[in-house]
Amino acid sequence: MEKELRLMKGNEAFAEAVIRAGADGYFGYPITPQSEVMEYLMAQKPEEQTGMIVLQAESEVASINMLYGGAGCGKRVLTSSSSPGISLMQEGLSYLAGAELPCLIMNAARGGPGLGTIQPGQADYFQSVKGGGHGDYRIIVIAPASVQEMYDSAKIGFDLAFKYRTPVLVLTDGATGQMMEKVYIGEQHPRLTEEEIKEKYPWATTGKSGGRERNIITSLDLDPYRHERHNIKLQEKYKTIEENEVVFEEINIEDADYAIVAYGTTSRICQKTMQLAREKGIKLGIFRLISLWPFPKKEIRELSKKVKGILCVEMSAGQMIEDVRLNSVDGAHIQHYGRMGGVIPSPTEIFDFFEKNYIKD
Amino acid sequence: MDGTITKEAIFKPENIVYKKTSLMTDNILSYCPGCGHGTAHRLIMEVIDEMGLESETIGIAPVGCSVLAYEFMNVDMQQAAHGRAPAHATAIKRLMPHKTVFAYQGDGDLAAIGTAETIHACNRGENFTTFFINNGIYGMTGGQMAPTTLPGMKSSTSPYGRDLKSMGHPIKMTELVAQLPGTYYVTRQAVHTPAAVRKAKKAIRKAIEIQQMNVGLSFVEIVSNCNSGWKMAPVQSNHWMEENMFPFYPLGDIKVDGKLIEKK
Ligand SMILES: Cc1ncc(C[n+]2csc(CCOP(=O)(O)OP(=O)(O)O)c2C)c(N)n1
Ligand code: SF4
Ligand SMILES: [Mg+2]
Repeated sequence: MEKELRLMKGNEAFAEAVIRAGADGYFGYPITPQSEVMEYLMAQKPEEQTGMIVLQAESEVASINMLYGGAGCGKRVLTSSSSPGISLMQEGLSYLAGAELPCLIMNAARGGPGLGTIQPGQADYFQSVKGGGHGDYRIIVIAPASVQEMYDSAKIGFDLAFKYRTPVLVLTDGATGQMMEKVYIGEQHPRLTEEEIKEKYPWATTGKSGGRERNIITSLDLDPYRHERHNIKLQEKYKTIEENEVVFEEINIEDADYAIVAYGTTSRICQKTMQLAREKGIKLGIFRLISLWPFPKKEIRELSKKVKGILCVEMSAGQMIEDVRLNSVDGAHIQHYGRMGGVIPSPTEIFDFFEKNYIKD
Repeated sequence: MDGTITKEAIFKPENIVYKKTSLMTDNILSYCPGCGHGTAHRLIMEVIDEMGLESETIGIAPVGCSVLAYEFMNVDMQQAAHGRAPAHATAIKRLMPHKTVFAYQGDGDLAAIGTAETIHACNRGENFTTFFINNGIYGMTGGQMAPTTLPGMKSSTSPYGRDLKSMGHPIKMTELVAQLPGTYYVTRQAVHTPAAVRKAKKAIRKAIEIQQMNVGLSFVEIVSNCNSGWKMAPVQSNHWMEENMFPFYPLGDIKVDGKLIEKK
């Protein structure tokens, strides 16, 4: 069967993809640069196609707690927002992680701090991969770098969320969210029926029919020893995720003397930087992070042994670089280049920085 | 026959005048003796039981003394973040419209930190039921001032009494949500006497029946005591409630069949 090809914005592709992935509900609050997600969903009326519901909530605080309600019932639920809204969701994310509930969150990040700007940013890395809310928890974070990957991240994200009973964050930015590219549209996956949910997710609060004991979804336990055991279980789950779900892409790393480490929009920009370098005979490759958490610890360590220098490029003051440094061998030459406040770096300015700091010394 | 009455002789079906519903678990209630929360729990569970909704009900526990409601209510339960129960209930009911969904919330939970969620769920006319336990205080955290604390009332954060000028006025959330077109049935009840319990149970049943009609949100406030927070003996707290809480929070229906009740 021939695949359907469309020209779409990243945000719209993501919205179409969640319908196709068999999502049960979207709950969101408008914020630039991702309002197209809810606009697209409202216009498509998925309730008439698949039965998926779309609700404009009163705030991001409400949205994330609606996700808790829906996810607690075993439903495939999601929200999308941008940096300030994602900050508001951190309490809810902590609860979702504590109660081990699966859900999908998309952050089309913008420059901060505060209200910041509506232009793209990558300064939400710390918040995304280090927990963000209170308590010892992690969520899976994946970073698409194209409209096609925005589309693909919906199904991948839901599958991971349910595989591990964890929130999954798709961390993109205003650039990938707003950019238009061609995208292959996949098949329509059916939504699960209530019977299928009861069968697949026996923990869900679907009403205690069938004579089973009541199900309780909670993140609370007043007994510290029992609660510590719950925390240990969470940490074991995170370890399993770290062992199994690391995803990355290596571009011209094989023969590289130098490597750029980047993710999302900046990893795309750096492909041009790499081209500029190679034209000058400098063997520069790109190590692109796709899963930001789990972080490719072993691979970065190997990379740091192999190349003469690593340049981390981020639209931030340098956040991902901390994880790169933490996992590299001692003495590795690692520097940061970034722009902030919504400024997108150009391939040439990255190249100039690289050449000045890595080649001409 | 020596005239001794045995347990077996008493525990006969024909002698049973009251039986705990199986929808209340056997767990020992975590509430202070004399607190209204336990009675409110029981009434809700009795109604769910009597209406045959045990296997179709999902309840939301708040943050407050009733955070552990899921330990006592023997139906599927979720525990929400402070104030967010209406967001949970909204999503659950939208995703599974044929279920019976209720949010059980205290006054700090519903009328302070969760005000936005409360107002908007009511305004959207979500088809779930809210049980609002108003004891005029933050019971769980040790008796601090709540948005509902009466004028002049002492609490640990208003030790000289609530000063309206600097601390604001108590909020009548139930009257407020009754103004919204999305609410269909809004009532204020109490559970401190047998007569009040009977009335409250009727109101709870009515609220669940309205949920089944899909006509909008049904909202039952229960004015309750917090003998610990108020620093009173249970009986004294009930008298204090009658004398002080009821004049400010008058009992009775506020909105029925989607229409506000005219005050004389
Ligand atoms: C975000 C957050 N802020 C504060 C608290 C602390 N807290 C727990 S219960 C509570 C007040 C509950 O009062 P109320 O809703 O009136 O319930 P009651 O105990 O009186 O039944 C507060 C402030 C919390 N758990 N979470
Ligand atoms: S502190 Fe107050 S509300 Fe909480 S259980 Fe005790 S009497 Fe009830
Ligand atoms: Mg209270």
